[in-house]
Amino acid sequence: MSAPRPEALRRPRGLWSDALRRLVQNKGATVGGIVFLLIVAAAISAPRLAPDNPIGLNVSESLTPPGPQHWLGTDQFGRDILSRIIYGARVSAAMGFVAVTISVAGGSVLGLLSGYYRGTVDLAIMRVVDVMLAFPGILLALVIIAVLGPALGSAMVAVGVSGMPVFIRVVRAATLSVREFQYVEAARVAGCGDLRIVFRHVLPNVSAPVIVLVTLGIPGAIISGAALSFLGLGVRPPTPDWGAMLSDGRSFMSTAWWLSTFPGLAIVVIVMAINLFGDGLRDALDPRLKL
Amino acid sequence: MLKYVQRRVVLAVPTIVLTSMVVFLMLFLIPGDPASIYIGEQTATPERLAQIRHVMGLDRPLYVQYADFAWLALHGDLGRSLQTNRPVTVEIMSRFPNTLELAVAAMAVAMVLGFSLGLISALRRSSLVDTLAMMVALFGVSVPVFWLALLLIMLFSVRLGWLPATSEPGLRGLILPTVSLALLSAATFARLMRSSMLEVLRLEYLTTARAKGLHGAVVVFRHALPNAVIPVITAMGLQFGSLLSGAVLTETIFARPGLGKLVVDSIQNKDLPTVQGVILVIAVVYVAMNLLVDLSYAFIDPRIRFE
Repeated sequence: MSAPRPEALRRPRGLWSDALRRLVQNKGATVGGIVFLLIVAAAISAPRLAPDNPIGLNVSESLTPPGPQHWLGTDQFGRDILSRIIYGARVSAAMGFVAVTISVAGGSVLGLLSGYYRGTVDLAIMRVVDVMLAFPGILLALVIIAVLGPALGSAMVAVGVSGMPVFIRVVRAATLSVREFQYVEAARVAGCGDLRIVFRHVLPNVSAPVIVLVTLGIPGAIISGAALSFLGLGVRPPTPDWGAMLSDGRSFMSTAWWLSTFPGLAIVVIVMAINLFGDGLRDALDPRLKL
Repeated sequence: MLKYVQRRVVLAVPTIVLTSMVVFLMLFLIPGDPASIYIGEQTATPERLAQIRHVMGLDRPLYVQYADFAWLALHGDLGRSLQTNRPVTVEIMSRFPNTLELAVAAMAVAMVLGFSLGLISALRRSSLVDTLAMMVALFGVSVPVFWLALLLIMLFSVRLGWLPATSEPGLRGLILPTVSLALLSAATFARLMRSSMLEVLRLEYLTTARAKGLHGAVVVFRHALPNAVIPVITAMGLQFGSLLSGAVLTETIFARPGLGKLVVDSIQNKDLPTVQGVILVIAVVYVAMNLLVDLSYAFIDPRIRFE
């Protein structure tokens, strides 16, 4: 029997390939990931997939219950609910991605600066975070909307900015420990500038918790965006949006249950899918990580 | 302990001052002339605007205006509502009890439900009960509060006719808003409680407790629970905030005259003084609440106050 080759014994497996292996083994995460991808695919191919025009009025068919003609029924203007839900996925997905991108970009830069420079910069940024956190939940978003005026764009900015504090804190904490490592010192000795050290050496090493936060942040952003539209402070009619559809359905709760039931179900499905995936990703990247 | 309390209280002060600055600056960040925003008149003549600016003190330096705003706010004067022309403080005080009642009721339900679900899950790890409880918890963190509220209204008000769909004084009117608001926090508590309890149950002092023959219930409730509950208590402060902001949605749905509904209505009606007032009050209450949680945390866990 020949001895195993040394390179087979020590086959290098990085953080990411290990994580991917663990992720694929997690059934919940796999199902969540697939469902989420399917919803994104449906949002992208909405014009081909939707059976009807999502904003075309057809009063003669108003408030039709679910049936063979309209699988999920129609609303008070005779618009097909299924088509509006498929198109609404675009707004929700865009809300999730844009808002979280704003949170990540702003949060990472501020967190890196805070953790890397420490001192006065850190103190100032942390006070800003304290103030942001003093407005609980959707309230900071409401402050921003009160300033920018109700619209989809303002809602995205509002949700994105209010999601920033958690990214700032996590990136700062990770940066504080990474900056003490010897390779950072080596880079400094080699003559790297601060910017290069922060973005080339520190950032890649604080990315694992950030990626987990992103996946867990998207469902929160989708719910907040839908909540703002539900309150009439986000998407303007007639753009199909799940939150706004729910709000429209409130007036017809006793006669047409399908109006507010299906858009809500759509929100629950996408949020649960991403939560399952995010939980799996967290366990895969670092089983000890608790966020 | 006293030193710890002092330090925490002193740290909360700059947060409240900076928060009040942000709320004050909202007026100047909104596009348009502050004077016309403040009076809600969009078509005033330049002379009239200049006059209003002078009367309202908007022509003074910004820091003087802020000092004025802060001084008046400290004395309970937050200006007048543009809609009702009543003092904002009166509007807030008449609605605050409604929001507080809802938030406290929801917190109580969330704690009882979340703590027991989490505890049972941890003690019966990997059993059917654990799986079911955690599925309920996952549903709880994924379901939007406004949809849950609508479903509850459709079932219990429209179909069964058991409970009112809109807010009415008394316990009956409080049940549906409380349940829909509490579920998210209950689910968060359940997940936290489960993971924290599982961690504590692995520790050696519990093996010792069991080894010396203590009854299972004593081990769980006297030895494990006090340690497992610490991270959950930290989460309570944050959850109270999410209840306050969730009240914005629940109050709107159940037409409950509370602070949440007031702020949404005021944003829609461009009633800036009311928006500023409500947001300032909620932020101060929230900061105070977190301070209390921090202090109680130190009271429960001696390691904190001797740090």
